[in-house]
Amino acid sequence: MEILGQQLINGLILGSVYGLIAIGYTMVYGIIGMINFAHGEVYMISAYLGAIFLALAAFFGVNSAPVALVAALVLTVAIIAVYGFAVERTAYRPLRGSGRLAPLISAIGMSLVLQNYVQLSQGARDKSVANLFGGVVRFGQGMGAVQVTHIQLIIMGATLVSMAGLTWIVQKTSLGRACRATEQDPTMAALLGIHTDRVISIVFVLGSALAGVAGVLISLNFGSFNFFIGFVAGIKAFTAAVLGGIGSLPGAMLGGLILGLSESLFAGLVNSDYKDVFAFSLLVLVLIFRPTGLLGKPSLEKI
Amino acid sequence: MNLYFSPKARRAALTGFMAGALLLSGCEKKPPTDALLIGLGGPITGPNAKFGEQLLKGARMAAEVVNEQGGINGKQVFVVPADDACEAKQARSVANRLVNEGVAAVIGHFCSSSTIPASEVYAERNLLMITPGSTNPQVTDKGFPTVFRTCGRDDQQGSVAADYIAAVLKPKALAVIHDKDTYGQGLADAMRARLKQKHHMQEILYEGITRGDKDFNSLITKMKGLKVDVIFFGGVATEGGLLVRQAAEQGLKARFVSGDGIITENFPAITGPAVKGVLMTFGQDPRLIPQAAAVVDRFRKSGYDPEAYTLYSYASAQVIFEALKNTGNTHDGKVLAAYIRAHTFDTVMGPKAFDAKGDLKQSDYVMFEWVETEPGKYAYQQISR
Repeated sequence: MEILGQQLINGLILGSVYGLIAIGYTMVYGIIGMINFAHGEVYMISAYLGAIFLALAAFFGVNSAPVALVAALVLTVAIIAVYGFAVERTAYRPLRGSGRLAPLISAIGMSLVLQNYVQLSQGARDKSVANLFGGVVRFGQGMGAVQVTHIQLIIMGATLVSMAGLTWIVQKTSLGRACRATEQDPTMAALLGIHTDRVISIVFVLGSALAGVAGVLISLNFGSFNFFIGFVAGIKAFTAAVLGGIGSLPGAMLGGLILGLSESLFAGLVNSDYKDVFAFSLLVLVLIFRPTGLLGKPSLEKI
Repeated sequence: MNLYFSPKARRAALTGFMAGALLLSGCEKKPPTDALLIGLGGPITGPNAKFGEQLLKGARMAAEVVNEQGGINGKQVFVVPADDACEAKQARSVANRLVNEGVAAVIGHFCSSSTIPASEVYAERNLLMITPGSTNPQVTDKGFPTVFRTCGRDDQQGSVAADYIAAVLKPKALAVIHDKDTYGQGLADAMRARLKQKHHMQEILYEGITRGDKDFNSLITKMKGLKVDVIFFGGVATEGGLLVRQAAEQGLKARFVSGDGIITENFPAITGPAVKGVLMTFGQDPRLIPQAAAVVDRFRKSGYDPEAYTLYSYASAQVIFEALKNTGNTHDGKVLAAYIRAHTFDTVMGPKAFDAKGDLKQSDYVMFEWVETEPGKYAYQQISR
């Protein structure tokens, strides 16, 4: 029983990790209908930035873990937002209006450029990040205790908060209205006075900021990272976003949780060799019956 | 801010950029025209790039030393790197590239899953290949006459681990985990086979994980439920380190035993303090061998600690250089191979001789343990012979 409880918690945490990255993916897709393949690399660079700022915080004698974390998050998000802006400016904007394939390829290229740039400038070795939140919350006693670490709780919280925050921005603010208008019809939105290029830039900045938060928190959870983490994280998060219905913010969260839970429970209760086979079979099944994902709304193909 | 350029200006800028890029790539170290080329195949990029770096540093240093002494039969040596990223397909294509560039012999590759397909290409073209790091038995068991290795074999390595587990750790519940890769699963299976045949012991859990995954908590919870007290892991440092760390986080108190795949100086960076007590098999630390002192010193002066496979790569280069020297720089793999089989080589890792298959006559696997040398600092130490 405790084993099952712990496996559920393992799954929820893994799901939150996927969800946190997936929200940034789905946000960009929702507006311009393009998969931002560089998203995983932006997440990877954030892990490096976060570790640098945490080390700087320790160097300047910041002893309080929450203060150091908040400072690292703010600084990382500030810098990674510039990366997001630059990615959009170099890989997407010059190709706007040139079909769907060209920006897809340029995004893949961008992701390779970022990955190799980090490998060359930072080296191929795994880097570690200090364990700021060693604390553990335990339910139950002795061998049968079910546990979750503080940083894992923070990740779950951050996923919920960013999903709620973005939903609020998209649904309730004038920026969100401009975003939705751009998504529905960029030409018409532009005719009505919406600066669509700027809206798309802001969406990229927001998506990257989320990847920034994810990069810092998740590398704290696993304790180490290297230049290659963006690839697998990107694939898994993309899968989560598709499962939940790409373009839908709660869908990204739901997709992440389902993916995380199905992987964890299958690995824990059946066999870890086939956990990916199981998770992806589930994805195929969902897409057969709901081609737009669990929470995606059917839309007309705009080609 | 909007910047507008005329199409003409844009085209000019683009041409200029491309010309610049070409120039830049042209600036990369180019071999002198009459140099003796030695190929180096390995994961220069990708998740295992740290091992590719070790191979390249070792081979380049060996070339530097031999060039200072006047080269081989008057010819300067130049190392041509070829990146296989530890991918089988890419290994084949870079192997073909090395062949076409006219290298005399190849050091490499690293991942067994790349070395095996690449070795087929070299064997077909009669080119000598010495791998410093591929320990899968298949590498030499395929029977190509031109394939050698300066490291041991997984079955030798697995046996050392199995004997140690049976004699010293005496587990009540053993879990065998592997990463489904040629090397990792090969090592795990070799260990398992020896344990069963010689010690009549069996594991209670045998499972594969996926390379690139970060979260193994569900597997660890499962092992906790089975009250596992010894974990044997066949795989590499990134996943192995995360397993060790997450097991400690969940309070699973099991001894962790693995092979040479987790040997990298910053393994403790991944595991954290949980690294204390982790066991692994590896060839005797080459840096401790007296013959290596001068070379190790030279590496350290250049700002690089020759960890793990660096000296294996250096030794491979030495074998190739000596064989070339005594065969008049022939590129004929079979002639070089015959010379290598017939002689003992005085390498940085001590005298090395090869058997008919191309394996070392004497493997030198021993058990190492990670210990805390001073608070917060960890290193591996040899604990058995």
